[in-house]
Amino acid sequence: MSRSIAIVTDFERRFIKPAYLLLLFMMGLTGFSQMPIFKRYYIADIPGLGWLAEYYVTHVIHYLGAIALLFLMAYCSTVYLALLRRKYRLTLWAHVRVILLAGIVATGVLRVLKNLPDVLFSPGFTMTIDIAHLAFMMLFIAAAIGAALTKGGWLKEI
Amino acid sequence: MSVSRRTFLKTGAAAACAACAAQVPLPVSAQPKNNRELATLIDIRKCIGCEACVEACRDANAPKYPEPEKPFPRMYPARVKAEDWSEPERQAVRDRLTPYNWLFIQEATVRIDGEETTLTIPRRCMHCQNPPCADLCPWGAARKLKNGITRIDADVCLGGNKCQDVCPWAIPQRQTGVGLYLDLMPAFAGNGVMYKCDRCYDRIAAGELPACIEECPENVQTIGPREEIVREAHRRAAEEGLFIYGENENGGTNTLYLSPVPFDELNQAIAAGKGKPHLAAVEDQMAHGDRLAKAMLIAPIAGLAAAVARIYKVVKNSAGEGEERS
Repeated sequence: MSRSIAIVTDFERRFIKPAYLLLLFMMGLTGFSQMPIFKRYYIADIPGLGWLAEYYVTHVIHYLGAIALLFLMAYCSTVYLALLRRKYRLTLWAHVRVILLAGIVATGVLRVLKNLPDVLFSPGFTMTIDIAHLAFMMLFIAAAIGAALTKGGWLKEI
Repeated sequence: MSVSRRTFLKTGAAAACAACAAQVPLPVSAQPKNNRELATLIDIRKCIGCEACVEACRDANAPKYPEPEKPFPRMYPARVKAEDWSEPERQAVRDRLTPYNWLFIQEATVRIDGEETTLTIPRRCMHCQNPPCADLCPWGAARKLKNGITRIDADVCLGGNKCQDVCPWAIPQRQTGVGLYLDLMPAFAGNGVMYKCDRCYDRIAAGELPACIEECPENVQTIGPREEIVREAHRRAAEEGLFIYGENENGGTNTLYLSPVPFDELNQAIAAGKGKPHLAAVEDQMAHGDRLAKAMLIAPIAGLAAAVARIYKVVKNSAGEGEERS
């Protein structure tokens, strides 16, 4: 295979998808753990999962996950736009997930801004952000399940 | 079920009211400049423990107190316990924070100049500058207003107790059988509403003083723009050898205390526990959020840089291959 055709490296093939799946799983887990449900429903009682009931711990992990996700999204979108677009196009399921991810990120960034000491949003706007963040995530999970069931990946060869 | 129209309208009205709260001017002495935060200064030396502030708080806020529906809906799993302060004898409790008692007097017996002295300390929400309860409330029910008040919207709160869990002083108190959760899935999510001092946001919105400040016969508390309150606290502390609490606790609060004895000493002397907040030093609980937020700014730039490096390598390899062919 010529080097110029190898636009997706072995490293990317091997690590990006697992990293993406792990990140989204952790983000979903720590996101849902912001609601007081894991202790109520004994999940935090499972050995090794006690941290799910520690709000500050899950908050830090959620923020760290967001940092990694932003890095990964910037990397993947730039590589796609500059290199892969010539050979691949995004599937319909990819478009749906990109839109939902953008919604998750936008509302998440607003929530992070709101949590800074000198930033104040109106109560109504804050609640809208909270609910929208949760709604985008629920829709994203539904889209991910839909894509998995229909074997709709991200890229389709042109 | 969805949120009822009544609840929606009430929530909307409460949100509008809260938004307006920061806009309406207070008495000139208490007006924040440039819409900045108001803080209170509590001079412990002046407090005589008469509980006039407690009584005033209860009178002014009685319309906001919970009126739970009974019997409470059965909740699952069994570990979820109802918290009920609504029986008359429990509503009457004044020696701790409850959903019906948002301010109480804490006592500390200490030695001042070799003499045993009992100090009385009005205790309520500290109204943090960056309140974890508002930052971490998953539902947006706890919120900070522009004038430095942190309040919980009783029409929205589901009573999950998270605000109490993340509050360094465990201030908010729960009442079961009231609030929005009853209209959702009362058996499986929520457990009532959390209540705490809202520093009389509605009175402030109407240009009045908080009830506890207005009714205090000893002028224990003063309220004003935070920078002026901090300046005044430092002036008195320097001139009279006093100690300050609340200026830097949890990154800074809008409730400052002045004491003739160090606060670690006071903290040893008070009865702290459930509904009885401590007076220990508190680190900024949300500092990690501020630090990681900065990293979030850098993350996409770093991702972009890594991608550019990756693209450059491919382009360079392609160019090298092209030269080899030619």
